[in-house]
Amino acid sequence: MAPLVTVEDLHVDFDTPTGRVAAVRGVSFTVERGECVAVVGESGSGKSVTARTLVGLAGPGARVRAARLELADTDVRAHRPRDWRRVRGRLAGLVSQDALVSLDPLRTVGAEIGEVLATHEIVSRRERAGRVTHLLDEVHLPEPERRARQYPHQLSGGLRQRALIASAIAGEPALLIADEPTTALDVTVQAQILRLLAERRAAGVSLLLISHDLAVVAQVADRVLVLRDGRIVEHGPTDRLLREPTHPYTRQLLAAVPSATSRGRRLAGAARVGDARATLPARPEVRADDTVLDAGGLTKRYGEHTVVRDVSFTVARGETLGLVGESGSGKSTVARIVAGLLDADAGTVTFEETPWAGVPERARRPLRRRLQIISQDPLSSFDPRYTVGRVVAENLDPDVGRADRRDHVVDLLRRVGLGADLVDRHPRQLSGGQRQRVAIARAIAPRPSLIICDEPVSALDVSVQAQVLDLLAELRAADGTALLFISHDLGVVHHLSDRVLVMHDGAVVEQGPVGDIFTYPRHDYTRSLLNALPTLVTAGRPEEKHP
Amino acid sequence: MTVTLGPPLTDAPTRLLADPTAPTVRRRLRPRPGLLAAGAYLILLVVAAAWPAVLAPGDPLAADPLAVLNPPDAAHWLGTDHLGRDVWTRVVHGAGHSLTIGVAATVLAVAGGVLLGLLAGLTHRVADEALSRTFDALSAFPMLLLALLFIAVAGPGTASLIVAIGIATLPHYARVVRGQTLVVRRAGFVEQAVTFGQSRPRLVLRHVLPNVVGPVPVLAVIGLGEAILAAAGLSFLGMGPQPPSPEWGAMLSEGRNYLQVAWWISILPGLAVTATVVSLTVVGRHWQARFDGRRR
Repeated sequence: MAPLVTVEDLHVDFDTPTGRVAAVRGVSFTVERGECVAVVGESGSGKSVTARTLVGLAGPGARVRAARLELADTDVRAHRPRDWRRVRGRLAGLVSQDALVSLDPLRTVGAEIGEVLATHEIVSRRERAGRVTHLLDEVHLPEPERRARQYPHQLSGGLRQRALIASAIAGEPALLIADEPTTALDVTVQAQILRLLAERRAAGVSLLLISHDLAVVAQVADRVLVLRDGRIVEHGPTDRLLREPTHPYTRQLLAAVPSATSRGRRLAGAARVGDARATLPARPEVRADDTVLDAGGLTKRYGEHTVVRDVSFTVARGETLGLVGESGSGKSTVARIVAGLLDADAGTVTFEETPWAGVPERARRPLRRRLQIISQDPLSSFDPRYTVGRVVAENLDPDVGRADRRDHVVDLLRRVGLGADLVDRHPRQLSGGQRQRVAIARAIAPRPSLIICDEPVSALDVSVQAQVLDLLAELRAADGTALLFISHDLGVVHHLSDRVLVMHDGAVVEQGPVGDIFTYPRHDYTRSLLNALPTLVTAGRPEEKHP
Repeated sequence: MTVTLGPPLTDAPTRLLADPTAPTVRRRLRPRPGLLAAGAYLILLVVAAAWPAVLAPGDPLAADPLAVLNPPDAAHWLGTDHLGRDVWTRVVHGAGHSLTIGVAATVLAVAGGVLLGLLAGLTHRVADEALSRTFDALSAFPMLLLALLFIAVAGPGTASLIVAIGIATLPHYARVVRGQTLVVRRAGFVEQAVTFGQSRPRLVLRHVLPNVVGPVPVLAVIGLGEAILAAAGLSFLGMGPQPPSPEWGAMLSEGRNYLQVAWWISILPGLAVTATVVSLTVVGRHWQARFDGRRR
């Protein structure tokens, strides 16, 4: 029997005001019936465009060319919009990243799924409601009858994603295209959705899984295609590809993933273990008796809702404290309180032996520059009118003379690996990684004793994330700066931190040295977090369950 | 080894289509006759206000008893009024009055509006409420009525006309600035500036104010037209510069009695007011569209 999907020499170009841009340049692959094929790549690799082309949704202005483009033995190259409508939902269902965007906010979940049933005349009108309930049950949505009457905004991210999958499988398609289906979700929810996708495949549905995350893909995929700049650089069975990657780019991607085993090793550009450049400078000496930051009994309420309850911790000079938790766990609120940007309802913060919380801003001002913050979205932390040079110069010592300021800025940019030519550029013109480097340059300008990093790498591609994490490790070693490193990503925290704090529902459930917590978690929540992590077995490393 | 989920990464086609980092492709210059005419008129207006003698060398107050209510002819392009004064000369010289009052009133309104709007946006809720409700109350009155009220108390004249129109148009700017301030004060870069140890006044001056006043210049251009119209209206009612000053509104009022026999006395100052307001609005709107396009 012929494969369900056959793609041969697929090219997709986009016409833009600045000329034609090639998004996909000659991609060929097949998907067999009941098989799960994953397409992995970083942003701009063309993975989404490739997948969406299969349902005629490559996007406005797209020019699609292919030697063969077949879906269930039908050539779809000449399909008109009307023909595509018969394909979508019936032959191939699409599950995209953000269910909140993909589901109509003005219609109930049940109506949304019912529409698919009606469009493709799957069941008679009378049976439709029962069918919707059945589908919601199929995707393990609790209380399907009640949920069917709810609107997308009334569901949590995970439930919403399930509802979206239910609508995608309503037309009983032979192929399910999942475009970053778990990227917006917490680890524990991600694990559930991945299990659900695996179930569909077991039921005989073919899966085309698009992801930037190799570990997610490793859970379900039979075969993996690695895409870069619109071309397939490597493909093969999942096991083989992860254990013995042949292409340097695949190796680089795998090496860039932070984890327990990557501690002390460079993430970027270190494809081979044992490379001399691969080792990071030694961690700064932690002076446990010398506390930089001491937070005690922090509590924050918004009305009835307590977002932070009785959180206490210390950060020693030169130490990196990881703060881990899922969305809504209160970790960012803790960061803002500690930074002196938000008043707590109860608790104390002492920074450099000076009262820091509950005092007027005037009292904090002399020590302000000793504590710096790097946020997830650097662009929003830059004054929109400022150039890179002005952004960095603003945090220079006020005593630095006007004539020397530019030299200082150039020095700082050089330290974070940026060229002097960026000084007069606007941050909007830079890439995400460059922007984060500018934010780091600005943060290290006053030589702070503590930098609060609030999800500093979660908006970046794996390889860019690797570079930024390497940079943070280098700067930390050179300046002896302590870090309060906040992340939802356990691998990142494990890679960088000395000690870790696990937050759940506003409270600290566990804290201790990073190795202990991740190897012998005592609290149930920590354990469930670690169990939910997709595991990746890679070249040169023993199989391991925990990061 | 394990890996967790990462950030939303999309390589959707829209990203390729609308790359925000790409330099904006400059729109091809299309001939815009309306815009050009409006611009030319405004240049003429500024010349008339600054150097009226260039366009009309005569004396706007010189009466000629032998040429009363003359229709437009070679000697008097636009005819003469009931005292034999040249209408063209008076309209040209009147531009200075109208423009001065309009600009001064708008400057007053913008300065006051930005200051009070910023204050409302930055203070505590109670003060903000008090200021905002004051703006609401002021805007509830028709602008002319409010200005009349003020002049009734302060007495007529150029100075009180300026202040009256300034106060009446102030809430418009104040509301816009307050709204912007509420957004900008919570922006990430303002919070970040706190961590640089900057004092509050410095922070407001360097980061809040410049990011808040963006839309104000455009509003002010359109507002200037309104202010000039209001000034002419109030002068028509005798609340502005007193005769024999060649003010457009006052001229309209003087010519009103001779409309049956000498239409040119009223029509021309009226046309001047209309053309001024229309031109300012055309230029202002065009600018606004450019501005919005840039921001989007």
